[in-house]
Amino acid sequence: MTEFFVSLCGLIVAALLAPWVGRRLGRWSGWLLAFFPLMVLVQLLRLWPGLLQGETPVLSLPWAAELGLSLTLRLDGLGALLALLVAGIGALILIYGAAYLEGDARLGRFLSVTLLFMLAMLGVSVSDNALLLFVFWELTSITSFLLIGFDHERAEARAAAWQALLVTGGGGLALLAGFILLGNLTGSFDISVWVMQRQMLTAQPQTTVALLLIVLGAMTKSAQFPFHFWLPNAMQAPTPVSAYLHSATMVKAGVFLLARLLPVLGGLALWPVLLPWVGWVTLLVGALLALGQTDLKRLLAYSTVASLGALVLLLGLNTPLSVKAAMVFLPAHALYKGALFLVAGGVDHAVHRRDVRQLGGLRRALPWTALAGGVAAFSMAGLPPLLGFLSKELLYESLLSAPSAVLMTVGGVLANVLLTAVAAWVGLRPFWGQLKSGLDHAHEGAVGLWLAPLLLALVGLLAGAWPGEVGRWLIAPAVQAVWLEPVKVKLSLWHGFNLPLLLSLLTLVLAGGVYALQLAQRLAEARWWAALGRFGPATWYERTLKAVLGFAAWQTRLLQSGYLRRYILWIVFLSVALALPLALLSLGGLPPVVWSGARFYDVILVGIIIVAAFLVTRSRSRLATIALLGSIGYSIAILFLLYSAPDLAMTQFAVETLTVILFVLVIYRLPKFRQLSSRRRRLWDVTVAVLGGVMMTTLMLVVSWQGQDSQLASYFMHNSLSQAFGRNVVNVILVDFRGFDTLGEITVLAIAAIGVFALLKGGAVRRAQGGEDE
Amino acid sequence: MNKPRRVLQRSMMLPVATRYLMPLLLLFSVFLLLRGHNEVGGGFIGGLVAASALMLYAIAESPAALRALLPVAPRPLVGAGLLLALLSGLVAVASGKPFMTGLWIKTPLPVLGKLGTPLLFDVGVYFLVIGIVLWILLTLAED
Repeated sequence: MTEFFVSLCGLIVAALLAPWVGRRLGRWSGWLLAFFPLMVLVQLLRLWPGLLQGETPVLSLPWAAELGLSLTLRLDGLGALLALLVAGIGALILIYGAAYLEGDARLGRFLSVTLLFMLAMLGVSVSDNALLLFVFWELTSITSFLLIGFDHERAEARAAAWQALLVTGGGGLALLAGFILLGNLTGSFDISVWVMQRQMLTAQPQTTVALLLIVLGAMTKSAQFPFHFWLPNAMQAPTPVSAYLHSATMVKAGVFLLARLLPVLGGLALWPVLLPWVGWVTLLVGALLALGQTDLKRLLAYSTVASLGALVLLLGLNTPLSVKAAMVFLPAHALYKGALFLVAGGVDHAVHRRDVRQLGGLRRALPWTALAGGVAAFSMAGLPPLLGFLSKELLYESLLSAPSAVLMTVGGVLANVLLTAVAAWVGLRPFWGQLKSGLDHAHEGAVGLWLAPLLLALVGLLAGAWPGEVGRWLIAPAVQAVWLEPVKVKLSLWHGFNLPLLLSLLTLVLAGGVYALQLAQRLAEARWWAALGRFGPATWYERTLKAVLGFAAWQTRLLQSGYLRRYILWIVFLSVALALPLALLSLGGLPPVVWSGARFYDVILVGIIIVAAFLVTRSRSRLATIALLGSIGYSIAILFLLYSAPDLAMTQFAVETLTVILFVLVIYRLPKFRQLSSRRRRLWDVTVAVLGGVMMTTLMLVVSWQGQDSQLASYFMHNSLSQAFGRNVVNVILVDFRGFDTLGEITVLAIAAIGVFALLKGGAVRRAQGGEDE
Repeated sequence: MNKPRRVLQRSMMLPVATRYLMPLLLLFSVFLLLRGHNEVGGGFIGGLVAASALMLYAIAESPAALRALLPVAPRPLVGAGLLLALLSGLVAVASGKPFMTGLWIKTPLPVLGKLGTPLLFDVGVYFLVIGIVLWILLTLAED
């Protein structure tokens, strides 16, 4: 397991190397970087014999134990199945992507982010700690955001990236809440502990709330209706990304999570009521919407939505048969859909077209791509002897034995008819029939471009040809991890002449009809179909987003008017309103004022401060104002010195000096000193100033009054030299005892400096570019 | 932007005085930085003093002259300072202790005194403060 962990860390190294490798090696960079996921694959396979014997290797490193967060990796059959897909397909995606984006200056970025995604996704599949899983889960969302917005100069790509991030991120928050609920109920965040305490959990009413929250997270991630709309929009990403993240792996995370938690939450009454119907609706909606598309990638995206719905439906049914079906469907779909996406990308790369109506007859120009497309399409259509056939037979079998079997089965068959037609549209139509105009010069691209989809498609073919072995070695451990008891997995192509086979035949016949009638093309051109789309949940998203942004703009206008006086007003008022009542409440009255005999020089200094402060308000020249403010500052510094705070005094001196320097620099550029505010305004200002002063005075009194019985001062005094080897307590607090605070503060300082720089220079740049704003 | 209404008469006093003052002030700032753990001083104060010294030079000569004098531009200095402060905390992590545990070399060195990661942290603060002040003020001065 340690070797496996090391191979995961290798992906970080690869991600760091990728920008450089991408620049130096071009299309060959993918071949080199594929080494890293292949190492993960090798380590995974080395652990496989143990998995078959029921071992689940665990690796646990402490992280933040107080939060219940530990780096606990646990490899079971389910996680291993997903990890196998992620690493295997990932290696091919790197090879394909490097060829696809060859010559693009952003190739290195693509490779780097893809490798990071791979790491995050592998993390999701092997995390045993729920919080760790959540961290990886969010990392996949972030890398997905970066990859969807890869073409960040196009507004649509940016909008799609935002949409995906907001939808999946919002679901992620719900997921976290669900995890925390379960964690509080069991006292642990280890999923294996949850599994052990599942009977106790099932009895608690809060568990149902947790289930709802977690399902919400899974639904957004796996694009279930009504959150499905982000997935088709995510097709703004480069095609290898769509193939990898948005069909083969990332969108499976939600399904995976449901499978992972099925042992914990499957016993709840809500599970078999809610999930099958969520999946059923998504399956139908996805398949129906796919029909109206003409863009290769969007066709595939909607069909992916449908397939994800099927997976949720199967897990929701929660029977050994349906779990088995889901575990076969998962790799089958990843293989054929990944391959089809890559085929679509290959066609796009060769002829720069994705509209299926303008494609045809490319089989001679792109023979290998055509072969890959054909095999993958047959798998998607569920033809023997491909893996897709096995998964579809199992799907039908599960639906036939489900509660409300008729409705379920009719929906399933209908969706599959449409999906089969889509498979033919994407995998066959671009290559067969008459060569469409403008495609004469097409030719096969770099090796990686056709090899990757071909390999994926062939793996699907081989897996279908040896169903018994696949069932024993691949599917059985995964099913056992979900069902917790050994389930007999005997896959075979021929089950005899039964109802699922009849349904399969029916599906093919109907799909042929749909294809022949060109129903998809007619729908795509029908205006009423497009109008229907406007009522979808995407519109709700738009409205919500608009409302949130509108509110943000409104409150920004209110709070941040751009006038300095208004800012000060808000800050002072809010601090007074928040701090003063709290301070007085905690004290239960006004703090007692203790006169501790003032020395004559104290009186003089305070006198200077008061007189100078008064004069500042009456001053009619800027230079005098600066000098008066300076004298206030220096007097305060001397007060610090007198009350034995030399560090504070020195800092104050230095800051005052720098302020003078600042004024020297800008004084000639400032406009003429004038009084613009009205009398009423000034009275108002006086009120604010007095309020602020009263608050600060009260706070100081409270602090000095309560400070008397505080342990802090004596603690720092005693431990400064012995623990931190320093006699200057102030400095020791700054750099050692409270060093973390200081680190935060200097970070804020650096950010503030960036802000000041942007304010000073940003305007200049904008003016130089032709003055958009002014 | 308003043009300066008067052209400043260049005075001899300031440049000549600065020539002697600036090195002294810079030396003083390093002194403040190093003694900070035991006496009055520290990275923040040291950084402010050093920045004042350098700004004095910018006023006496010109902002461009200061830029030419600086071996590192202010902006990378900010990043370097922040990174140094962060690294000083990570040293403890590398040796298996919690983040930002102070580690010390037990034997004191001449001039520098006792060396430890808190001093490294303070050095980071020192550079960050110099970088920020110079960055903002030079941007203002050159605008």
